[in-house]
Amino acid sequence: MEPARDLFDTSPALPDVFARWFASRGWQPRLHQLELLAKAKAGRSVLLIAPTGGGKTLAGFLPTLVELSERGLRPRNLKSTGRTLARSQGLHTLYISPLKALAVDIARNLEIPVQEMGLPVRVETRTGDTPTSKRQRQRRDPPDILLTTPEQLALLLASADAPYLFGTLRRVILDELHSLVTSKRGDLLSLGLARLFVLSPQFTTIGLSATVAEPDELCRFLVPQPLSGEARADLVVAQAGAQPIVTMLDTEEHLPWAGHSARHALGEIYAHIKTHKTTLVFVNTRSQAEFLFQELWRANDDNLAIALHHGSLDVAQRRRVEDAMAAGKLRAVVCTSSLDLGVDWGDVDLVINVGAPKGSSRLLQRIGRSNHRLDEPSEAVLVPANRFEVLECRVAIDAVAENAQDTPPLRTGALDVLAQHILGRACGEPFLADQLYAEIRAAAPYSGLARSDFDATVDFVATGGYALKAYERFAKIRLGKDGRWRITHPRVAQRYRMNVGTIVEADMIKVRLVRSRRSGAVVPRGGRLLGEVEEYFIETLRLGDTFVFAGEILKYEALVEDEVYVSRSDATDPKVPAYEGGKFPLSTYLAARVRALLAKPDAWRALPDQVREWLEIQQWRSVLPKAGDLLVETFPRAAKYYLVCYPFEGRLAHQTLGMLLTRRLERARLRPLGFVANEYALAVWGLGDVALRIARSEVSLAQLFDEDMLGDDLEAWLAESALMKRTFRSCAIIAGLIEKRFPGEEKSRRQLTISTDLVYDVLRKHQPDHILLRAARADAASGLLDIKRLGEMLSRIRGRIVHKALDHVSPLSVPVLLEIGRETVYGEASDTLLAEAADELIKEAMS
Amino acid sequence: MTQAAQNLAESEGNLIVLAGVPLLADPRGALYWAEQGLLVVADLHLEKGSSFAARGQLLPPYDTATTLARLSHLIADYAPHCIVALGDSFHDGGGPARLGDSDRESLRIMQRGREWIWITGNHDPEPADGIGGSFTDVFIAGALTFRHLPSGATGEVSGHLHPVARISHRGRAVSRRCFAADNTRMVMPAFGSFTGGLNVRDAAFADLFGTLAFTAHLLGDSRVYSFAARRCLPD
Repeated sequence: MEPARDLFDTSPALPDVFARWFASRGWQPRLHQLELLAKAKAGRSVLLIAPTGGGKTLAGFLPTLVELSERGLRPRNLKSTGRTLARSQGLHTLYISPLKALAVDIARNLEIPVQEMGLPVRVETRTGDTPTSKRQRQRRDPPDILLTTPEQLALLLASADAPYLFGTLRRVILDELHSLVTSKRGDLLSLGLARLFVLSPQFTTIGLSATVAEPDELCRFLVPQPLSGEARADLVVAQAGAQPIVTMLDTEEHLPWAGHSARHALGEIYAHIKTHKTTLVFVNTRSQAEFLFQELWRANDDNLAIALHHGSLDVAQRRRVEDAMAAGKLRAVVCTSSLDLGVDWGDVDLVINVGAPKGSSRLLQRIGRSNHRLDEPSEAVLVPANRFEVLECRVAIDAVAENAQDTPPLRTGALDVLAQHILGRACGEPFLADQLYAEIRAAAPYSGLARSDFDATVDFVATGGYALKAYERFAKIRLGKDGRWRITHPRVAQRYRMNVGTIVEADMIKVRLVRSRRSGAVVPRGGRLLGEVEEYFIETLRLGDTFVFAGEILKYEALVEDEVYVSRSDATDPKVPAYEGGKFPLSTYLAARVRALLAKPDAWRALPDQVREWLEIQQWRSVLPKAGDLLVETFPRAAKYYLVCYPFEGRLAHQTLGMLLTRRLERARLRPLGFVANEYALAVWGLGDVALRIARSEVSLAQLFDEDMLGDDLEAWLAESALMKRTFRSCAIIAGLIEKRFPGEEKSRRQLTISTDLVYDVLRKHQPDHILLRAARADAASGLLDIKRLGEMLSRIRGRIVHKALDHVSPLSVPVLLEIGRETVYGEASDTLLAEAADELIKEAMS
Repeated sequence: MTQAAQNLAESEGNLIVLAGVPLLADPRGALYWAEQGLLVVADLHLEKGSSFAARGQLLPPYDTATTLARLSHLIADYAPHCIVALGDSFHDGGGPARLGDSDRESLRIMQRGREWIWITGNHDPEPADGIGGSFTDVFIAGALTFRHLPSGATGEVSGHLHPVARISHRGRAVSRRCFAADNTRMVMPAFGSFTGGLNVRDAAFADLFGTLAFTAHLLGDSRVYSFAARRCLPD
């Protein structure tokens, strides 16, 4: 206690009751906790950046607890709640977390200081699981501290009693802010905050965040933005913990050329688990998690308690794993980003990251999941699954040592989320367009919103925003004589409430375990719920196919309404689910470091022998490009001609490049047949000899890779791209054009009578500048198509293409070529495919 | 007949023989009976957008114009004597009244100089005013019977089910609207711009055809592709 006060003598002393409580726990208030308290007391909004285990959550709540304790017992409204006499002065603090489970857990943890110090504070949560009666009571008689999620905040704001409920608000705490702001949920949250700033001008904010690249951007998020210039919250940075010890697994086994299974390192991973108390094994995709979990149990001779955790598993199942973890009953958990965030689970003393780390900040956050005592270093082992991943792991370790951050920049607020918010505002109370526009621009992501875009969005919410004014009589909101927009029918509000939120998952389908049936027998109904898989995955299966899910090998028995029925199978060669979930692209920052590493043979000494030899042979056979150059190799193989390039811009950007490049090759009559992309490279093959045509100066690589491919070629491709249609679908749902749920009927998309693909086609033809198409294009720039990154790459490599015409496969190209047949060979589902399938049948029939 | 239509007619793959009658399956989703100069389209679902809008989902109002424009291209190509709209031509009973002026006009132009038969469907069971043509529940021509709801009778051409088939090849799946037919009966693909589909592996088709012994003729860009129903993937 004393040293801290000396160090920070402007800080207000902790009230005695708090000082005693800290002492009783054997704790000492940390510097950042006191600093935050002082700033909050001075009425400042603050961003606190602290590592996990730094007492971040307590720091966030400390100002509120102190204020509430000092408010003392000056009862204003005495209310009988039956058993006890409750005192309410209205809602004081609103806490918002990205995870429902986190809100519930924090509430539990807050009860400890509240009870031990005997503070007159009522803490409650409000999530999707809160019963209706409690929700209604919370509006009438709010707790002092309410813990909730961005979606629930939107719902509360869309009700008529929002001004009453939030009028007393003194503070908003935003937890895991670094994670919230990267998605449309962050947009929604920012708009909710903007509303709160109007309803309750006196409140301040506290943002809690892991370390990010640009803290100033988060500081802007926390306070209302002025019409010109920018405002920022104060920044408090907690002292970093001990430097983590991160190593790369130096495998004794042969390092695979490609693939993501890390099967070769299983024994070594298992040995690490055996020698540690509790290990978190992070992987990048759910299918990797399923695979690794299976394999670890196969090797589990000691019967160690090893569990599985990922986002598709049933919630109850996940909760059981988390509880067992907290109770110290597990030796290891194989998990995806589902455990990136959230509550501290027990005493993790080792983090193993299997596969590519993808980003420095992301890796640092994962490492932070181990060892929550700040003074001891966290321990982490990186397990690359293939040779390229070795390079990525190597540069990630260096980046972690420098504490280099590569979190993405703050988003520009999406228009589909804005549309949802505007409807919500009208559901709350009628609004004046001018006022709402000013209110929205206070939200950092929307501070640059043009008035014309705002008006177009209001028009969209009202009547669909169509050039053909056909829907005036079907309007959802209408301008009244008083100049205010209001909803046209209470039903509009009811439907808004059923469809609020920005998380549009791929269509998921429930998986139920049933007993196997004999052929022809009726499938028994019911059965235990295992979790959910993407609908399109099931569409690729035939009845009787096997796949791995929830840690078991399952057989596809039947599709009954909205559920898949499966039985246990003893098959040994299952199809593994090809989940999309969790495919983050390699960060631009790490990509640049990998390119730099490749260009510097001196630095290869730090690499395992197998990898170094591989690079040396590449140098001898072909070339390794300078850091800013793009290497393009061409070579013939098995009657086809290959073009392989190495942009290192992530699979998504490479896929888009592949689509556009094949169009151009087609036009150059090089007859491309297909392409395959991985995180590092792109390979295109066809019947035309590219190298020959380049040698004759008939084709130029500079022209082939020219930025103008992002013009007409991109437009033409977007017209039919399935990825673009998927992007559009999620915008249409968020903006409320398509409703997923109707009052009284919990319909799922399977029964939706309208396909968003058809809407996309029609809209594109008739109104290409429609606001939803613009929203979808904005998403495509950074989402599934990663067009922005591709554009930056094309501009970077202008004039810097290094062409190597080889007479056979180069060592560097082997990994991506090995993906052929393993990864989907891209190309949009097309007539060619149908023609091929039809021809194949003819061949079969004739032979 | 234009050259484009002529080419389609000469390509054997697009020919479906039903109860002995050779019919041309146009990959744009229509059926042409050359001998009778008869063009058939099913399930136009005109004014579906405005029908949803009336119930609170403001889908684009462009579907009717798009559907009619596609139909007018077919009419220009085949110059048929008679057009049969196989029911569910409007998404709901109020559709004809909501039809916009320019759409009404283009419909009138298409009808000029030829017969136009509106077969009633479950979405539009009553004859409507202001859309020309004549109305009937069933239309019989030669060996063929045209009605909206499939009954399975010999020589029947019906709609209603919106057949769609899914083919998987080299790890990718393609899903397209299709004609579902055996030698004696056919279910036509839905023609409307906003119409979804029902997989041909749904029980409704097996019930109709008795077994899976029917063929799905998938609509491609320039021809139809025929696959045995067994070869198609269920949903």
